[in-house]
Amino acid sequence: MIELDTTTPYFADKQDVLDEILSRYPEEGRRSALMPLLWEVQRNERYISEARMHEIAEIVGITATEVKGVLSFYSTYHEQPVGRYHIQICSTLSCALAGADQMYDHLVEELGIVNGETDAEGRFSLQKAECVGSCGTAPVLLVNDTYYERVTKSRCHHLLEALRRDEMPEPWRERGGDTVGAEKAQPVGRSAPVTGAEGGEA
Amino acid sequence: MSDQAAGTPELINSRHDSRYEVTMYRHVGVEGAHTLDYYRRHGGYEAARKVLTSMTPAQVVDEVKASGLRGRGGAGFPTGVKWSFMPPPDGGPRYIVCNADESEPGSFKDRYFLEDDPHQLIEGMIIAAYAMHVTFGFIYIRGEYYHGYERTVAAIEEARQAGLLGKNIMDTDFSFDITVHRGAGAYICGEETALMNSLEGLRANPRLKPPFPAAAGMYGRPTTINNVESLTSAVHVINRGAAWFASMGTEDSKGTKLYQISGPVHKPGVYELPMGATFREFIYDFAGGPTMEAKAFIPGGSSTPMFPWEDRFLDMPMDYGSLAKNGSMLGTGGVIVIPRDKCIVDALYNLVRFYAHESCGKCTPCREGVGHWLPRMYQKLLAGLGRPEDVDLLEDVSSNIRGNAFCPLADACIMPVQASLKWFRDEYEYLAEHGRPKYQKSDWWQA
Repeated sequence: MIELDTTTPYFADKQDVLDEILSRYPEEGRRSALMPLLWEVQRNERYISEARMHEIAEIVGITATEVKGVLSFYSTYHEQPVGRYHIQICSTLSCALAGADQMYDHLVEELGIVNGETDAEGRFSLQKAECVGSCGTAPVLLVNDTYYERVTKSRCHHLLEALRRDEMPEPWRERGGDTVGAEKAQPVGRSAPVTGAEGGEA
Repeated sequence: MSDQAAGTPELINSRHDSRYEVTMYRHVGVEGAHTLDYYRRHGGYEAARKVLTSMTPAQVVDEVKASGLRGRGGAGFPTGVKWSFMPPPDGGPRYIVCNADESEPGSFKDRYFLEDDPHQLIEGMIIAAYAMHVTFGFIYIRGEYYHGYERTVAAIEEARQAGLLGKNIMDTDFSFDITVHRGAGAYICGEETALMNSLEGLRANPRLKPPFPAAAGMYGRPTTINNVESLTSAVHVINRGAAWFASMGTEDSKGTKLYQISGPVHKPGVYELPMGATFREFIYDFAGGPTMEAKAFIPGGSSTPMFPWEDRFLDMPMDYGSLAKNGSMLGTGGVIVIPRDKCIVDALYNLVRFYAHESCGKCTPCREGVGHWLPRMYQKLLAGLGRPEDVDLLEDVSSNIRGNAFCPLADACIMPVQASLKWFRDEYEYLAEHGRPKYQKSDWWQA
């Protein structure tokens, strides 16, 4: 399980990080720093505890209730710790037409958790997401902040295998679409599969 | 296509026209295209230099107006006109916000600019900021686009180092800087007033208009919100001139645009085409056609009412007016192809569930109608528990929501539902009557 010291203020020894975030916004917009402060905490602690909400409230000059009101509005802030590999699966139409529903069932079977859950080891958590803007390369999984696109059954299998070994595979970045012009649009990178076992680009 | 009437060259409205050239999207996907060095080697920041050193702000606004450029975020409001709504400068702060919260299902064009060509966006923002006497800019990027966020932040830093952002840009009197703000998963932030609330650290509920953002936007200051592609288009309007931009398209829709396609087609992705090209040209000539029998297509993102797969619709030009005339919208230009074997009720339930999830809860018709009634009625039908009168009830509920919500989100859900009932009512009725869908395929996942 994840054990975090939430008694020491998060920004106690990170004054530079705090200053940088606050400096991004005009003076009249101090409250604008709220979302990036939440992001900063969550990226490191994988969730935002009550203690952190109070700390951020004080920095921004609002109440902890207001912080929670904002945090709970958005789908991607967590009030409970997520796994080291937080898997989001896009479930919206283009991905559904490419098999996202079956992929979700497969993940449930493989990981033993359902939408919104974290496994006992704290390794995996699973979340159904709404359209993540990868419709042309559906279906798609996000592992933490990384997109894995055109996830076939075998790619999904290799990805999970790698994550179980604590390896984050290089994403096979594909663009699809336009390929015209002199210097243009070979897809970024090769369409390299996770293990080199199977091919990529259609 | 080659007929020329009395000396006026015909508008370019096909990518097969030899006069057409891909511009905005030319460098997306090229290794290293996100760097300042690459961008400059390919003519980058020349448009910004041109406006800062040889044009007045009013001239820039006029040029964009003359180009006929309309907002590429979905609503299609003329960009130059929007810019001209900003009040005269009074010495106080004024803001521009780039809406990169791309969240409309079926849309994924802006993402690649952020990842592969962020300098093009920055240049567009400099041009817009200069035209509107803006002092500071925000780019609001949806939270999931982390790679795009990193690339854009890095590009801004590069631009600052090179004197392209910050104080006295290119040694002129003009100063302007940009901050990047990450969203956190809320479709409603695509609505410009909700986006501003989110940027101010509030819950992203939409604001009442008026006042419009140009009068009272970010922190109550004059503000203009533009889509990523509107701003990158402005770069080329300046580079090549309004007349060049207006030489492409149709009567009411000028220029070049990014179209996206997803669903079962051979080559899904983003393509740049002149406005007014037909769906047929796009779907067959560029996306390679459907991989299985298709029965419908959504023309411009999930909010736009679908069409059945018929010649009269496939041959429709992809422009604002043609779509409106046929009861739909161009939206973001994100086409989704729906195969025959997909149960249309199930397809619509997927979208209804999306809007139910994204309803912000501010107003009753959307919170109760879109958030609760619609998904439950679809669930009932799909569970095989429907009765024939449920289809009428669905229609009734829809027409009671439409036009009665606080912001466009509810209508964005209702209009596609109504279109599906219009064209595929038989599938709803079959499901309600038999308790199972007319088309039952469910194994879409590739090995």
